[in-house]
Amino acid sequence: MKIYNHLILTFGVALMLFSCGQQNQSSNGALSSSAAEKVYVAPGEQDEYYAFLSGGYSGNLTVYGLPSGRMFKEIPVFSQFPTSGYGYSEETVPMLNTSHGFVPWDDAHHPDISQTNGELDGRWIFINGNNTPRIARVDLSTFETAEIIEVPNSAGNHSSSFITENTEYVVAGTRFSVPVPQRDMPINEYKGNFKGALTFISVDPEHGHMAIKFQLLMPGFNYDLSHPGRGKSHGWFFFTTYNTEEANSLLEVNASQNDKDFIAAINWKKIEEYVNNGGGTKMPANYAHNVYDEHSHTGTSTMRNEVLTVDPTKVPGAVYFLPTPKSPHGCDVDPTGQYIIGNGKLSADLTVHSFDKMIAAIEGQKFDGEAYGIPILKFEDVLAGQVKSGGLGPLHTEFDGKGNAYTTFFISSEVVKWQLGTWEVIDRKPTYYSVGHLMIPGGNSRKPFGKYVVAMNKITKDRYLPTGPEMEHSAQLYDISGDKMELLYDFPTHGEPHYAAGCPAELLTSNSKKIYRLDENRHPYAVTSADGSKVVRDGNEVHVYMSTIRSHFTPDNIEGIKVGDKVYFHITNHEQDFDVPHGFAILGQNSSELLVMPGQTKTSVWEPKQVGVWPFYCTDFCSALHQEMQGYVRVSPANSNTELKWSLGE
Amino acid sequence: MKTTIKGMVLFFALILLGCGGKKEEKKEEGFSVQRKKAATEQPVETNTTNEVKASERVDMSTKGVGPIKSVTLAPEIDQALAANGKEVYEQMCLACHRIGKKFIGPPPNGVLERRSPEWVMNMILNPQEMVQQDPLAKDLLQEFNGSPMSNQGLTEDQARAILEYFRTLK
Repeated sequence: MKIYNHLILTFGVALMLFSCGQQNQSSNGALSSSAAEKVYVAPGEQDEYYAFLSGGYSGNLTVYGLPSGRMFKEIPVFSQFPTSGYGYSEETVPMLNTSHGFVPWDDAHHPDISQTNGELDGRWIFINGNNTPRIARVDLSTFETAEIIEVPNSAGNHSSSFITENTEYVVAGTRFSVPVPQRDMPINEYKGNFKGALTFISVDPEHGHMAIKFQLLMPGFNYDLSHPGRGKSHGWFFFTTYNTEEANSLLEVNASQNDKDFIAAINWKKIEEYVNNGGGTKMPANYAHNVYDEHSHTGTSTMRNEVLTVDPTKVPGAVYFLPTPKSPHGCDVDPTGQYIIGNGKLSADLTVHSFDKMIAAIEGQKFDGEAYGIPILKFEDVLAGQVKSGGLGPLHTEFDGKGNAYTTFFISSEVVKWQLGTWEVIDRKPTYYSVGHLMIPGGNSRKPFGKYVVAMNKITKDRYLPTGPEMEHSAQLYDISGDKMELLYDFPTHGEPHYAAGCPAELLTSNSKKIYRLDENRHPYAVTSADGSKVVRDGNEVHVYMSTIRSHFTPDNIEGIKVGDKVYFHITNHEQDFDVPHGFAILGQNSSELLVMPGQTKTSVWEPKQVGVWPFYCTDFCSALHQEMQGYVRVSPANSNTELKWSLGE
Repeated sequence: MKTTIKGMVLFFALILLGCGGKKEEKKEEGFSVQRKKAATEQPVETNTTNEVKASERVDMSTKGVGPIKSVTLAPEIDQALAANGKEVYEQMCLACHRIGKKFIGPPPNGVLERRSPEWVMNMILNPQEMVQQDPLAKDLLQEFNGSPMSNQGLTEDQARAILEYFRTLK
């Protein structure tokens, strides 16, 4: 009854507002026509920005347009994806190989776009797998996962995957500290014995290939998030820590005892020099390095067995701790590289450290004790200012490039805009609800594009029509081009976005591939000419070299397959036109379908268990004769002598 | 001014810690600087005129925010109702509230010597509004690291039974 009253009241108020022709000036600004116009991308027109939102527990990366909030693609990264066959096809199974075997899922958190001179260059986007520590590189010409490297000695790969301003390194820090190397030991001997590995992975400037350059073995804290220095602070990397108490149980209480934890400032250039001069200790380690070749359309997994570790106390002047209140979460660096922001998640205030003051304090040797041999700088000496926000639970900060910062407050569900230097709060707007991260395109670079901010929320509740207990998360888009933020739009996201990266559309559109060239296809089982199709038996393995073009398979009748055979369907799509994929599915397939792009080859294994004549078909509606795009495989008893033959149109 | 004093206390405490001790502890004991909160230190958002922690403050008159306006307790404890309350408590509350021990939230024993029955029931039934509007509940949220009390969706009868169970706790 109460609910009905409430509804009636709401409708009544809404009707009054509409009938009077007023614009709703409340926080629900999306009702105003100007907000609608700002997010309306007319049919046939395109968005201004790309936004890449991590999928969290979906393991993948989603691509959106801004300001429309339309989702364009889900890029499979760490999770099997039956939509395309990623992680099911023979070519992509190796991409999910790890030292723990095939791991078909991960928790994908923090995408970051490659940079040159501190500005987005749009070549690649990196993203971390949190659970079984991995870093992936996605190629932004194909929007496909091109490489995945496992990170040994890490656990809960959370302060990742952030890149330095010339993409020299993609950095991966551990959330959980663990025994390094891993060994059998009592959990309650954690304190003083576990280590936190911060891994610097070099990125080949031409191909983007990743290799672990060194791992810094830090004290056993939790390393929560990180960001690179830029401009004057280029060469440094900053990591927030919590659980400096080194608790191993009930962290909810026990990791909140210290009034201040630290931001770890790492002079990676100094460590790089130390390593290049032969410093560091090689340690046996077991980790997978998986690379996808765009021309053979095939991933290969290589196991590595050694990693170079660095003891931070052996490199004087390379690592310092900056005391930072209240279990800081986000660690953000402003576009000039001067300010390092610690978002103390259990606090109301934001702590801003000054890079210049940090350098002065280091030069003045003004230390406030040490932790495991790492000097602690005095809080007052490095502090640039504090933002007295009045909000609760600051998590993340982004920048608009005009001297303003925008911070999410989880507990008080709001975005707060404040000014760098004066630390004054300029504006605040509610989010719906419990906002985690926020993103301004280019916000983690020297050159942000300060037109929109996207707030990604953890709790949806009543924002959309109910869909049972589980709901997609909500995102809100704000116009930040004026002094005050304006809420424009509300759209659902997929999985749980933990972070996002965005860039102007034109940075990517001209490089985005439309097809794979058939004459560049170097897949060993590709059929590159119309008459190249064949079926080859090798013991109980049968390889079907099959091609597709609108609207038939070659061959489409296959006989001589026997129960117990392992049949490899290698499907090459002979189309060379934009957006004409073909699919392949066969009855009883124990994996997923394949979706094969023009010029590409993909392989699915089928192990028929029953005698019969079994159909296969194209799963993508490719033409008016799509429903005719089908074929049959005759499966005979295991001991039969049915002749192996294949045909089309006979 | 208060902040300055706090800062100075922390500063001197650090000097003491930094000078003393001589790092005689074994490596297994952790690193040398321990940044414990001073016992008297109040979180930033709390009402700074209150020196006593919210969990230790006594306020028998506040009824809190929520559906419960008035509760009358009989002189004798209703043991059947208390037993019922214990059952609900163990299913719905024990994850965060342990008897005789500060856990995720405060312990329930003794709460009726600090809070009115109405406040206790409103906290159980309406925790979201309580931590936004009730000054004591707001401060408790701060004192307990911003860990919000969950709304467990209990009925008024269940909350009443839990209240009766709390009367049996010493």
